[in-house]
Amino acid sequence: MKLNELTIKQAREGLRAKKFSSVELTKTCLERIKKLNPQINAFITVCEEEAFAVAKRADILASQGETWEAKPLLGIPFSMKDVYSTKGIRTTAGSKVLENYYPVYNATVYQRLIDAGAVLIGKTNCDAWGHGASTENSDFGAVKNPWDMERVAGGSSGGEAAAISSDMTIFGIGEDTGGSIRLPSSFCSTAGLKVTYGRVSRYGAIAYASSLDSMGPMAKSVEDLALLLSIIAGKDDKDATSSSKEAADYVNSLKKGTKGLKIGLPKEFYGQGLDGEVKEAIMAVVKTLEKQGAQIVDISIPSTEYGIATYYIIAPSETSSNLARYDGIRFGNGREAFGDEAKRRIMLGTYALSAGYYDQYYLKAQKVRTLVKQDFEKAFTQCDVIIGPVSPTPPFKIGEKVNDPLQMYLVDVYTVLINLAGVPSLALPCGFSNAGLPVGFQVIGPQFSEQLLLNIGSQYEKVNERHKRKPNL
Amino acid sequence: MKIDVGHAAKLANLPLSEEEKRKFGKQLSSILDYVNKLGEVDTKDVEPTSQVTGLENVTREDVVTPSLPQEEVLKNAPSTGSGQAKSTHNGFFKVPAILESH
Repeated sequence: MKLNELTIKQAREGLRAKKFSSVELTKTCLERIKKLNPQINAFITVCEEEAFAVAKRADILASQGETWEAKPLLGIPFSMKDVYSTKGIRTTAGSKVLENYYPVYNATVYQRLIDAGAVLIGKTNCDAWGHGASTENSDFGAVKNPWDMERVAGGSSGGEAAAISSDMTIFGIGEDTGGSIRLPSSFCSTAGLKVTYGRVSRYGAIAYASSLDSMGPMAKSVEDLALLLSIIAGKDDKDATSSSKEAADYVNSLKKGTKGLKIGLPKEFYGQGLDGEVKEAIMAVVKTLEKQGAQIVDISIPSTEYGIATYYIIAPSETSSNLARYDGIRFGNGREAFGDEAKRRIMLGTYALSAGYYDQYYLKAQKVRTLVKQDFEKAFTQCDVIIGPVSPTPPFKIGEKVNDPLQMYLVDVYTVLINLAGVPSLALPCGFSNAGLPVGFQVIGPQFSEQLLLNIGSQYEKVNERHKRKPNL
Repeated sequence: MKIDVGHAAKLANLPLSEEEKRKFGKQLSSILDYVNKLGEVDTKDVEPTSQVTGLENVTREDVVTPSLPQEEVLKNAPSTGSGQAKSTHNGFFKVPAILESH
């Protein structure tokens, strides 16, 4: 196994046993990026010089006996979706508006990771401002899916998922406003966790839609996600919406079984529009968990039909307000530098908030959001978790939907509801279509049930080895 | 559903070409037609949700905390053009005059 293919757990074991150094590990990732990125376009910025400096320091600290308790990610290379502010390292949000923007402070998530000893190797490509389901809305070019270069990697954190699945990085951090961690995880056969709103601080992450934005880890295994969550979760005084609920030791509780678990299957998630092969792959997951002792319950989320309409009023409204700060004066280029999708969402949101339309659109959508939230609360009185598809189809072709914004929005049918309800969802690989394209599923739980989701994911991963399959590159 | 793209663009301070106005007008109208299905949902007596985990009035102590140094804050001001000079003046951001255009 090459060093860049390792999980965090494996990399830690190797570093601890002094089989290799952080500099060597970092070097193999950077070499992989050099080889594959010209084709895949997963990275917008690669920070080789900074990475080697941090890796060298990590090796020195390790030789001086620094403990894993104090620095649980010491010397481990990682990448971040390019929406996190990284002091002195270019941060673009995938937009030409910020093509020369160098933040003067750090996002909390980034600060916590570097405090834990991790080594940032680069910033990954995404739909500009997080606006998209395919990464085709990036002003720096689309990301190619490592499993089929003619297809999209999913969005908006497509660069991160592509980087992980092609082993350019050991782990990553994405951001999910309406599916942006889960969709690319599903399209690229990697693991991704959308946390409960407020579980992880949003401070320093470039805002898309502030009442929906959720930060979260992306990785090669569930155990890695658990470790990362225990590092990044928790109250942050710089984000008033971050939760003061204590974060758990997610790794040490992973072994708890799932016996007696009730899994809900919403009928609205398995009806018309869901690709047959995707449905089949998810039913196989349900069977596996049933064999492990879970019970299946038929449930209903009646508001499913209105999820996209609700989301595509609330998210553009909030983004039109958030993107108002880009005036070309304090940072970044002027407003003429926005790409097409940003312009569309700014106008849609401005219209929905404008005099005479506010009640009809924004207020109405906020009321329907309450109904969505109540649907999930009701469902969770009948079951412990819900299992559903992430995307209605396997990854689609580059260019297939990009000229029809509404068709692109419909890809989000199973993901936006989760953000509207503020609940967590774990996306994991579950198989491949006949054409060899990745298929994923999501396990959704009540607010702040990350531990339960990770436990289920961990149980499933033990018997399903599909997540270990790699693209042929 | 027809949307006045020119008006929305003006409110959002977005410079658009005539060609863009035509293209976006068509696309935004079809999106609005789709989202109008929310009108079917009965939301009588339903409260709106803006904060999904139920937090209210999160405040902090009214104490002074360190802020960024002035020169750091000004670092990302745009360049004035040919040279490296930033469009700042005496520790402030320089902005274009706005009064005569209204």
